[in-house]
Amino acid sequence: MDIFQIVALGLVATILSLLVKEDRPEFGVYIALVTGIIIFIFVATKLQAILDVLNQMITRINIDNIYYSTLFKIIGIAYITEFGAQACRDAGEKVIASKIEFAGKIFIMVMAVPILISLMDLMINMVP
Amino acid sequence: MGTNVDLIFRIAIIGILVSIINRVLVSAGREEQAMMTSLVGIIIVLMMVIELVNSLFETIKTMFMLY
Repeated sequence: MDIFQIVALGLVATILSLLVKEDRPEFGVYIALVTGIIIFIFVATKLQAILDVLNQMITRINIDNIYYSTLFKIIGIAYITEFGAQACRDAGEKVIASKIEFAGKIFIMVMAVPILISLMDLMINMVP
Repeated sequence: MGTNVDLIFRIAIIGILVSIINRVLVSAGREEQAMMTSLVGIIIVLMMVIELVNSLFETIKTMFMLY
């Protein structure tokens, strides 16, 4: 099954990274980064199937398109921010990691503003 | 997935080669050439990694409609 491949790949990559890290630390970061990307690309097809199922369910309930497309965008931003921040933290650069996370939060806030506005309008209309 | 798994091993091999060449050059007394080879090794691996990172970003863009 596929999960065994992933676990085996992760273990082998960890050992290789440790082997190379004591002489050339930057190659350890390279190996960690490449392994993370390969595992994500491997899982991406399955994740895409899940997202398509979600899409179909949401279009059947015919909620407004802006809500769930913004939600998908926020999930995407959150994932890539987390990926970058973890990679930097793993390499030992905690300051850069926290700055990446800070920027990610700002982008997510920017994405969420229209939904907040529509929520406010809804509440104002409800109160007579 | 299987296609780019060997990239990990290629990077590991380049890393080991660079560290060996460094040891040899340092013991031969040529520190600056040792520095050169490590830079070359880093740049080669950087080219490979950037290509993979680009494909990751494209995958995420298409998947989460992040245009």
